[in-house]
Amino acid sequence: MEIGLAHYLAVAAILFTIGVFGIFVNRKNVVVILMSVELILLSVNINLVAFSAHLGDLAGQIFALFVLTVAAAEAAVGLAILVVYFRNRGDISVDHINLMKG
Amino acid sequence: MADFGSNMAALLPEIILVISGLVLLLVGAFAGKKAVPAINLTIVGILLLVAVLVLLRIPDAALSLFDGALRLDALAVFGKFAALLASALGLWLAYGYLKTDKRLTTEFGVLILFAALGMMIMVSATDLLALYVGIEMQSLALYVLAASNRDSLRSSESGLKYFVLGALSSGLLLYGASLIYGFSGSLRFEGIAAAIANDASVGLVVGIVFLLSGLAFKISAAPFHMWTPDVYEGAPTPVTAFFSVAPKIAAVILIARILFDPFLQMLADWQQVVIAISVLSMVVGYLGAIMQRNIKRMMAYSSIANMGYALIAIASGTAGGLSGLLIYMVLYAITTLGIFACILAMRRAEGMVEQMDDLAGLSRSQPALAIGLTILLFSVAGIPPIAGFFGKYFIFLAAMQANLLWLAIFGAVASVIGAFVYIRVVKIIWFDEPPQQDFVPVSRVQAILVASSATLMLPAAIWFLPALYEWSEIVALSLFAGG
Repeated sequence: MEIGLAHYLAVAAILFTIGVFGIFVNRKNVVVILMSVELILLSVNINLVAFSAHLGDLAGQIFALFVLTVAAAEAAVGLAILVVYFRNRGDISVDHINLMKG
Repeated sequence: MADFGSNMAALLPEIILVISGLVLLLVGAFAGKKAVPAINLTIVGILLLVAVLVLLRIPDAALSLFDGALRLDALAVFGKFAALLASALGLWLAYGYLKTDKRLTTEFGVLILFAALGMMIMVSATDLLALYVGIEMQSLALYVLAASNRDSLRSSESGLKYFVLGALSSGLLLYGASLIYGFSGSLRFEGIAAAIANDASVGLVVGIVFLLSGLAFKISAAPFHMWTPDVYEGAPTPVTAFFSVAPKIAAVILIARILFDPFLQMLADWQQVVIAISVLSMVVGYLGAIMQRNIKRMMAYSSIANMGYALIAIASGTAGGLSGLLIYMVLYAITTLGIFACILAMRRAEGMVEQMDDLAGLSRSQPALAIGLTILLFSVAGIPPIAGFFGKYFIFLAAMQANLLWLAIFGAVASVIGAFVYIRVVKIIWFDEPPQQDFVPVSRVQAILVASSATLMLPAAIWFLPALYEWSEIVALSLFAGG
C-alpha cells in the first residue's frame, strides 16, 4: 500500500482530535494540558509538511519551522505561568482552578 | 515589488519599536528600581511617537512588502494608529495605578510594547505565516500581562486560563491555516484568492471555519468566550482595560482583512458562520452581563456582546460594513477606555473595590466623575444622541443594505435588552444610598481620560464623528478597490 497525502492528513486529524480532547476531558493535571497543546501544534506540522511535499512548495515547511519555534516560546511562557500559579496555590490540579467561576 | 531597502524603510515604525523594546529591557535590567517609572513613561512616549510616525507615512497607494507577506495600506495605517494609541493610553492608565500600588516593573511596559508590535503585524498581514507570527507575538505578551501580579492567586489563575484557552485557539487557527494552505497551494492572500477564483473546494471551507473559530477566541465572541469573564476579573484592572481595547481592535481588523480580501468570493460559505457567532455573542453577552455584580465581569460580558455587533458588520461583507465596523470599534475603544478609567478610580483608603454596589453615592461624592461615567454608559448602551448610538446605526445600515434586515432588527432588540445592564449601573450611581466611606480622589490621568472620552461621545463634539466617518470610508474603499 502506498502511503499518500490522505494518510498523513488522517494521522494529523487524529492527533489534533486527541489534543483537543486532552484539553477538555483531562481533569487532573495542567501539565497534561500543555502536552495536549504541543500535540495539536505537531499535528499541524504534519499537515503542513505533508501538503508542502504534495504541492512541491517549500513555504509549508518554512511555516512548520516557525510553528516549532513559536511552540517552544509558548511552552516557556506556559510553564512560567504554571510555576507562578503553583507558588500561589500549591497545587496544579485542573479541578481546583476554580477561584473564579466562568 | 519593492527591494529590500525600501521594504525595511516602510517598516520603520515596527523597527523602532523592536529596537527600543530590546534596549529598554536591558536598561531596566541594569539601571535597577529607580529607573522603572522613567522607562514606562518613555515607552508611553515611544508608542505615541510611533503612532504619529505611522500617520505621517501614509503611502499614496497600497504598498506590498516582502513579496506580499505584509501590506501597508489605509486599513493597516488605521489599525496601527488605533492599536498604538490604545496601547499608549492603556500603559499610561496602568502607570499611575501600578505606581500607587508599588507594583510597577520594567517588564510591564516592555510587554505592552511588544504586544503593540504584534498588533501592528496583525493588521498589516497578508500572508498566513505573517498573520500567525503577529498573533502569537501579541498573545504571548498578553498571557504574561494577565499573570503579571505574581503574588495574587487570582491574577496567576487568570493568566493560566488565558494561556490554556489561548494556546488551544492558536491550535485551531493553525489547523485551519494548514488546511487553507493545502487546498489553495499558497500562504499568500493573493495566491489564496486566485485559488478560490479557480475552484473553491470543501477543504477551504473547513479551513476557514477553523481559522474563524481561532480568531473568534481572540476577540472573545461566543461560543468561544469562556475565558473572558475569568481573565477580566482576575487580571490586574489596568491590564483588563488594555485587554478589552487594543487586542480587540487588531483582531477585528485582522478578521475583516482575511474575510474581505481573499475570502470575499466565498461570502456565502462564511456568512452563516459569522452570523451565528454574532447572534450567540449578543445573547450570551447581554444575558451574562445581567447576572453580574462585579463590574469587571460585567464589562467582560459587555465586550462579548459588543463583538457580536462588530461581527454583524463583518457579516454584511460590503465596504459600508467595513466602514461601519471601523467607526464602531473606534467608539467602542474610546468608551471602554473611559469606563475603565472610572473603574480604576474606584479606590478606597483600604484598596480597590470592584462591586457595582460600591459605586453607590458617586453622584454626591464625585459629581464630575459620575457625569462622565453616565455619559459613557449611555454611549455603550447606544442611546441617542450620544456617539455610541451612531456606531450601532452605521452597522445596522450596512446589514440592511446587505439584505440582513432581520439581523439588524435582532441587534436593535438585543441592544434594548442590553441597555438594562448599563442603566442599572447609572441607577446605582445616582439613586442608591451612599456607603460610609468615599473613594480616594481620582488621579490626573484618569480625570483626563474620563473627561476627554466622555466629551468625544457628546453631540457637542460634532467635528469628531464626520471626520471619523470620512476616514473610515477612505479605508474601506481602499481595501475594496485595491483588493
